[in-house]
Amino acid sequence: MPAASPTSPATAVQLEGVRLERGGRAILSDIDLVVPRGSITAVLGPSGSGKSTLLAALTGELLPAAGTVEVLGAPLPHRRRDLLELRKSIGVLLQGNGLLTDLTTAENVGLPLRTHTKLPKPVIAQLVAMKLHAVGLRAAGDLYPRELSGGMARRVALARALALDPPLMIYDEPLTGLDPIASGVIMSLIARLNASLGMTSIIVTHHVHETLPIADRAVVIANGRIVFSGTPAELDATTDPLVLQFLRGEPDGPIAFDAVARQEAA
Amino acid sequence: MEAIRSLGRAGLFSLSVLRASTPTADFFTELLREIYKIGARSLPIIAVGGAFVGLSLTLLGFRALETYGASNQVSVLIGLGLYRELAPVLTALLFVGRAGSSIAAELGLMRATDQITALGLMGIDPVAKAVAPRFWAAVLTVPLLTAIFVSFALTASWFEGVQVLGIENGTFWQVLRDSVDFRDDFLPAFLKSAVFGGTAALVASYVGYHAEPTIEGTSIATTRAVVNASLLVLMFNFILSAMLFR
Repeated sequence: MPAASPTSPATAVQLEGVRLERGGRAILSDIDLVVPRGSITAVLGPSGSGKSTLLAALTGELLPAAGTVEVLGAPLPHRRRDLLELRKSIGVLLQGNGLLTDLTTAENVGLPLRTHTKLPKPVIAQLVAMKLHAVGLRAAGDLYPRELSGGMARRVALARALALDPPLMIYDEPLTGLDPIASGVIMSLIARLNASLGMTSIIVTHHVHETLPIADRAVVIANGRIVFSGTPAELDATTDPLVLQFLRGEPDGPIAFDAVARQEAA
Repeated sequence: MEAIRSLGRAGLFSLSVLRASTPTADFFTELLREIYKIGARSLPIIAVGGAFVGLSLTLLGFRALETYGASNQVSVLIGLGLYRELAPVLTALLFVGRAGSSIAAELGLMRATDQITALGLMGIDPVAKAVAPRFWAAVLTVPLLTAIFVSFALTASWFEGVQVLGIENGTFWQVLRDSVDFRDDFLPAFLKSAVFGGTAALVASYVGYHAEPTIEGTSIATTRAVVNASLLVLMFNFILSAMLFR
């Protein structure tokens, strides 16, 4: 296989001819994706379409069966130690938050700082307070995850993902389980943080209408491949029946609702 | 074939735990927390268990030795039996039931609630953060728990032998002191305990860490941790006894 050419400085993430498999079964094939630096890219698709699998490939949890994945200008390393090193530059907000239940909110947010920096304790405490302030939870530092509402826990997880000021943020279903107000708060936070910190954001979600207003680019995944890539305006204007079925939430169409049929289609 | 593969995976996991044991400030904070959780909180069960073993053993030994007119030698049986076999093994088995199951359940739930995934995605080695402190806490605390077990067993034995069955107080302690040797009995007991503690923690961590990320997976991991760790403790006890006590 020829050596992968490094991505241009204007590109944060680049996937070329990527094929992703789980248990020997292809989940996504022929994935070509370019995420420009500083942009917000929405990766949309129905449940089970392979969005989380794509996320796993971006973070190096899942190695592609074919093709190349480049993140922040370099191919994803295969060595575990190098991978852990790269992940300091990638903030990930997980669907389940992944907050450590035996640590307080402040300890959770401070965890990456304590582990990856040699900053003195008072400085870390100050940084943690700033991150919690950025997500509107400065007063919640002493609470444990079990004492937080779903929206608060999501914002704490966001503050923790931002702790090291990563140049790339990946959000996995950031709105799942949240009410409309909490959803609005999270989306405006993502847009504000992306602009103020100069980050690149990838939002993996099936919440189309909440996500598109803040997105610069949209990618739609269905039937095991990318079926649309462009701006939100282009997505609004599309006539592709496959994309339209997903956007309109129609039960009948080219995207099979039945799981077995979808596997066969993939 | 699958069994050999599993054994290999468990061996590699054990090596990764040792490799991940870096003495950082965060590691010592976690270690102290775990020593309290799995060590200090196991004290009551160990103390009660030790006392009842001491009582049973004294009664059994007294009746058996009485037949030969040697009932005042009962503390030989208590001393050697406790230090060489019963205290390390029973402490380890009680530890497996109390702390091993909790280690497996905690790690299984961490897996099910994305905590282990989140650590990896933050560039933090989940083994270093979640497993290594539990392993070293077990290695350090099980010998101490064994000492507590022995103390309560001997105290209970003294109470029953001297206060209830009428053995002379001086004889009880003198016979015990003459029969138990520091280097041959005391040190091997604590070496065995450290091995059992490490084994229990590694087995519990391995099955918990690799549990299916579901409630059922956590439940299966907890059961498997107790069964596998208990059997390994008994197996290692035989091997170590054969090596250490000739």
